Amino acid sequence: MKTYDYFAMPFLIILTAACFFLSIRKSPQNLHSDSIQQIHFLVPGGVGGGWDTTARTVGEVLRKAKLVPQISYENLSGGGGGKAIAHVIETAKHQQQTLMVNSTPIVIRSLQKVFPQSFRDLTPIASIIGDYSCLVVTKDSKYNNWSQIVAEYRQKPSKISIAGGSVKGGMDHLVAAMICEACEIELSDLVYIPYDAGGKALAGLISGETQLLSTGLGEAMELAKAGQLKIIAVTAPNRVKAISDIPTFRELGYDVVFANWRGFFAPPGIHEKQRKLYDKLFRKMYDEVLWKEARKKNGWSEIYYANDEFTQFLQRQEQQLQKLMTKLGFIKETQK
Amino acid sequence: MWDGILIGISTAFSPVNLIAVMLGCFAGTFIGLLPGLGPISAIALMIPITYGLDPATGMILMAGVYYGAIFGGSTSSILINAPGVAGTVASSFDGYPLAKSGNAGKALALAAYSSFIGGTVATFLLLLFAPLLAKVSLSFQSSDYFMLMVLGLTTVAAFSGKGNYLKAGIMTIFGLMLSTVGTDLSTGVERYTFGSIDLLDGISFLLLAMASFALAEALHNILVPVKESDTSSTEVSDLSISKQEFGEVAPTIGRSSILGFFVGILPGAGATIASFLAYGVERNLASEEQKQKFGKGSLRGLAAPETANNAACSGSFVPLLTLGIPGSGTTAIMLGALISYGVQPGPRLFVDHPQVFWSVIISMYIGNMVLLIMNLPLIPYIAKLLTVPRPILIPLILFFSLIGVYLVSFNTTDLYIMVFIAIFALLLRLLQFPIAPMLLGFILGKPIEDNLYRALLANNGSVSFLWERPITLAIFCLVCAVVILPCWRIYRKRSSD
Repeated sequence: MKTYDYFAMPFLIILTAACFFLSIRKSPQNLHSDSIQQIHFLVPGGVGGGWDTTARTVGEVLRKAKLVPQISYENLSGGGGGKAIAHVIETAKHQQQTLMVNSTPIVIRSLQKVFPQSFRDLTPIASIIGDYSCLVVTKDSKYNNWSQIVAEYRQKPSKISIAGGSVKGGMDHLVAAMICEACEIELSDLVYIPYDAGGKALAGLISGETQLLSTGLGEAMELAKAGQLKIIAVTAPNRVKAISDIPTFRELGYDVVFANWRGFFAPPGIHEKQRKLYDKLFRKMYDEVLWKEARKKNGWSEIYYANDEFTQFLQRQEQQLQKLMTKLGFIKETQK
Repeated sequence: MWDGILIGISTAFSPVNLIAVMLGCFAGTFIGLLPGLGPISAIALMIPITYGLDPATGMILMAGVYYGAIFGGSTSSILINAPGVAGTVASSFDGYPLAKSGNAGKALALAAYSSFIGGTVATFLLLLFAPLLAKVSLSFQSSDYFMLMVLGLTTVAAFSGKGNYLKAGIMTIFGLMLSTVGTDLSTGVERYTFGSIDLLDGISFLLLAMASFALAEALHNILVPVKESDTSSTEVSDLSISKQEFGEVAPTIGRSSILGFFVGILPGAGATIASFLAYGVERNLASEEQKQKFGKGSLRGLAAPETANNAACSGSFVPLLTLGIPGSGTTAIMLGALISYGVQPGPRLFVDHPQVFWSVIISMYIGNMVLLIMNLPLIPYIAKLLTVPRPILIPLILFFSLIGVYLVSFNTTDLYIMVFIAIFALLLRLLQFPIAPMLLGFILGKPIEDNLYRALLANNGSVSFLWERPITLAIFCLVCAVVILPCWRIYRKRSSD
């Protein structure tokens, strides 16, 4: 057995060396061409999550449609996405080809001070897809429309609880609170029951533990079509084509419009020319049949804002959420 | 119904699909073998590859990947004590001692057989009762889950060994404490993160399991070298299970299949709870003499969690296929895969496209069967891993457990935390503290807390659900029985002495 000890050392050295070689990345070089040659997608969460699916689907479409020859992916999870944001900002110089995928939680979490940065520290490129939110009940529920529920709330507020697939202060909770506020229901009467995933929240609703569920339209749509659920109303600005019989909150007289977007951010201080190229690229992508198919397959709605439009959209969303979160007590009044 | 089944079988046995399922099993086993990559990552990695395939072929390939990854995960937890997925933790309790005592081939073969039987029984139950059970699976509320998790916690006594109850209790509570690190689901408040962004999401199960089991075990092997066992490689790769041994595990496998399936259909419970409960049940049913063997390489102790784990995985398809509700991480990603093949699970699937419904179930069955046929000849080679000399094997284990954790998060801080926990776990081990109860506490801590919080919230803060909900009450009585009976027995024994 002794002889094997002689093998152990070189073996370890080879392993270490292999790690080193693998970690050296190809140096970037495509600043001066007039199309984008390479995109490195940075995913702030693990493989298989929502962010990951978005990045990989977009990447595949870009590659298959021959819009960008070289696509790579990197997952960096931690701190609700904060780890990846810090990484992009710190190493911005070497990250000219990087696009980080993110979504509405970047606004929520930076308001909550989960991480110190906000979208302003990055270069917003575009929101690519999105999903509206909705309130649903089970098929056997005695409620059929929103006014019944409001009436019930006014009588016995403690009788109604709302399930959601995010933590307190997370998106599903905030949407529920937004709706209650617009309907002049006391926020303290809102009983929000958090589950750790959308599917489990749905199971909670069906088990009769809660009466209402706040969720993404994409998740609820198929089940509603199958007659399992009834969608009460959606937070879209206009009726959604696929379910044109469901009213929007705006129609009902409550001004609640909310979209959960997913989009891309570049590192701070990228070249103006590069920004324009990205814009051109994603507009081209939107015309691709492949992209239309991919969107349909995943049930994603079209919520496309680019560059400055995207930044303004983010600012509006931040304002909307900040007001609400302060009222709910999730943002402490800081010295301003 | 029979037409659907026949069509499903004939599609599944076409040459293309058979090749697909074999490829899937192979890829799944290989991915699952790496600690840290379980069914979720295996399926996520394979989905893009299957785009553009015929839906039936894609689905059958996925079934292969799924079962392959589950089996691969058991393999790493049996051979090197590295449970990469929570569902295989219980398999390592008796599987690893078995492998260490030179019976690696037997342990793996038993795992393969019991997984196969568990999966098969559960698939049959799924086939027969899926529509019926859909309602049952969704009648469980948070208070019921809370009690079920508490019941899971009582199995801790099974791991404590003789006279170690206090230490086991301490470690369980320590595990419960570790599970509170991170953002609290109920209030959004950060707990025990010390301002570090890396602790915000809590400690991942994978990290804790790899650090406290695989890493600590490897370090322990360096500090306290075991005598190089003289078992020849023929013995290590011997697969045969004697008739008597088979007779011993057969009832275990039967019980655990059914238990696993029923726990598996509950969206909030799943394979982990199923495997722990099966382990606990078997230990409680075992005779005094057999009880001593648990934790030291009992065949029953390995067969129970392996069977229950696989049966629960098939069971979790009940709410997915009948109602379109994904109850676990794995079924959520399976739902994504099915939708990308144009199959929308839900009540309409069974009515509108029965052939698709049956082909999903049949491909699951075929995946399970092909896995057994393919892996039995491979087991001797996999088991030979243990005959690799220790100076090479131990660095490899260290390397792969660290890489496994890093590949999931790509976060270097995780590695530091991991090394810290490994050293701490090593100290605990040297002081004769059992590590398994800590992992059990950690796994159950979060669901216990969250479900209790939800139950209280839905009940306006009152604990009336303890007696008002029949399911909760029933499980509560069971918990009391499990806790009080052994104490009473000990008390009677003492007073009669």
